[in-house]
Amino acid sequence: MSALAVRGLCVEFASARGIVRAVQNVSFDLAPGERLGLVGESGSGKTTTALSLLSLIRPPGRIASGEILLDGVDIARATPSALRRMRAARIALVPQGAMNALNPVLTCGAQFADLFAAHGAPGGTARIAKLLASVGLGVEVATLYPHQLSGGMKQRVCIALAIALRPAVIVADEPTSALDVIVQKQILKTLLAVQRDIGAAVVLVGHDMGLMAQFAHRIGVMYAGRLVELAFVRDIFATPRHPYTRMLIDSLPGFGARGVFKGIPGLPPSLLTALPGCSFAPRCPRAGPRCTVEMPQTRILEGGGEVRCHDA
Amino acid sequence: MVGYLLRRIGMAVLVMFVALSVNFAIPRLMPGDPVEQQLAAVSAAGGQTGDMAEAAAAMRARLGLDRPLAVQYLAFLANSIRFDLGVSVASYPQPVAEIVLAGLPWTIGLLGTATLLSFVVGSLLGAMLAWPRAPKLLKFLALPVVVLSAVPYFILGIVLMALLGILWPVLPVAGGYPFGMVPNADFATALGIAKHGVLPGLSIVLASLGTWAVAMRGMVVGVLGEDYIMLAEAKGLSERRIFLAYGVRNALLPQFTQLALKLGLLVSGAILVEVIFAYPGIGYRLYVAIGQKDVFVVQGIVMLLSLSIALAMLLLDLIYPLIDPRVAARSA
Repeated sequence: MSALAVRGLCVEFASARGIVRAVQNVSFDLAPGERLGLVGESGSGKTTTALSLLSLIRPPGRIASGEILLDGVDIARATPSALRRMRAARIALVPQGAMNALNPVLTCGAQFADLFAAHGAPGGTARIAKLLASVGLGVEVATLYPHQLSGGMKQRVCIALAIALRPAVIVADEPTSALDVIVQKQILKTLLAVQRDIGAAVVLVGHDMGLMAQFAHRIGVMYAGRLVELAFVRDIFATPRHPYTRMLIDSLPGFGARGVFKGIPGLPPSLLTALPGCSFAPRCPRAGPRCTVEMPQTRILEGGGEVRCHDA
Repeated sequence: MVGYLLRRIGMAVLVMFVALSVNFAIPRLMPGDPVEQQLAAVSAAGGQTGDMAEAAAAMRARLGLDRPLAVQYLAFLANSIRFDLGVSVASYPQPVAEIVLAGLPWTIGLLGTATLLSFVVGSLLGAMLAWPRAPKLLKFLALPVVVLSAVPYFILGIVLMALLGILWPVLPVAGGYPFGMVPNADFATALGIAKHGVLPGLSIVLASLGTWAVAMRGMVVGVLGEDYIMLAEAKGLSERRIFLAYGVRNALLPQFTQLALKLGLLVSGAILVEVIFAYPGIGYRLYVAIGQKDVFVVQGIVMLLSLSIALAMLLLDLIYPLIDPRVAARSA
């Protein structure tokens, strides 16, 4: 029994130049307590995928098709009131822009209080103090306004908000991208600790493969709106199957020759026009004639991984 | 916090001081000698005989213009602080302060009410316009409101006067209270005053609603894109709570600045409306005084204007930390 099941998720944005297919046919299962990392470059659809999980896509975007099953309810088709009850209580968000994610005119305590009030949950200062303590913050933070906190403290408050109702799934959308390296590590440690404590499954979105490797059980690699590879951390680093994954890992700076950064030449394709073949083919060093004409389907590999590549 | 208050109050006093000084300097920098002009006017009317130089000296002595400039300046400051603005030339010897104070309640009553009303209704309308799930009917309502804001308020006043005062005479078109009424503290008086305020008030409200609505709509659209709105949604808060406590509450902050500025300009804000409706407020009195070349009344009203702007700014500075906690922190 999985905590969350995503089936054939497609998200589209209507634009003046046509429909942008930001997420195409993404499927994955999340086991209870599992930590899944979603990586990919800017525009690969990882944040859009993450926000879809709470049905937070705003017009002109919409979930065009697919299912997001949590507790037997399809979040993609849930009524507004059902959705409201599930958000935070069953599936919670740790937002990307911690700097700006808290209401500047309310104290942090008030932002916990309205969360409890909205779900009819028992609140109170003792409960808030306990939540703040679980993310390493003092009780006085409840009386402070967001502008009185540092970036790392704000992100801790956001994590405390996310775990307040002990949800089954936490979606963390690049929670560390606005923070410096030291604080990044602390925040991820905090997230890990509270996740273990309440036993929630986590979807962590990011672009730092190194950070992901330390946090996640499994890593999903996204490219041009598609999930191109999904495998356990150990397997994906030892034997990356998709050429894009391999190039991503190779581009990580190591302790080797200084000043030599390996990138991936070229740019991702436009999401406006659908290529007939694999969307990575134009940049792929291993692309054959078949790759440009036929879309590779997802194949299940031995060891539980899956990959979308003709050559893998 | 005490330091913040003292700094703000000190600032307001400084602004007043500068405004008073400018008010003192400008008439004295203007070309021509007011005493000689006055005497020339009197003699042209055939009312003056005898030694002109002697008369001029006597007049200067009476007005205190023969004293050194520094002494005049200090006397002027001292008088201003006591709100002694001299006497009216046109309706001699009525003190200017009396004329100004008689007009003040009318202007504050009419323009204060109209400004607050258009602020509240306009901001609410603008906020609803920006809300994606607002009733469709509102969008249709918005068009005439925005179009009306492009019409100057005095034109609107004349049109309203013609429609509701003359074509279909339901409302009085001139004055602040029924003609010949002896004002008492009773309901009939209040009703009479209210009736006379409807048309001038309405022309101001209708002309400024659109401005408030358009500004507020822009602010709410900006705020809705903020991360904290998305997190509020992710928290499962009700639509109402997100709209009011997260959206409108934040979008309203710059609107308050605008409101304070508008309230500061209240006294001079709608002179033409007061003129059109012969409303006995400050604006009407200023208009009459200019026509009569009543220099001291004009000067007194201009002083009141700078005083009210300084007061409105002070009020804003005192209230702003209460509505935006970031301001108190930044400047304390």
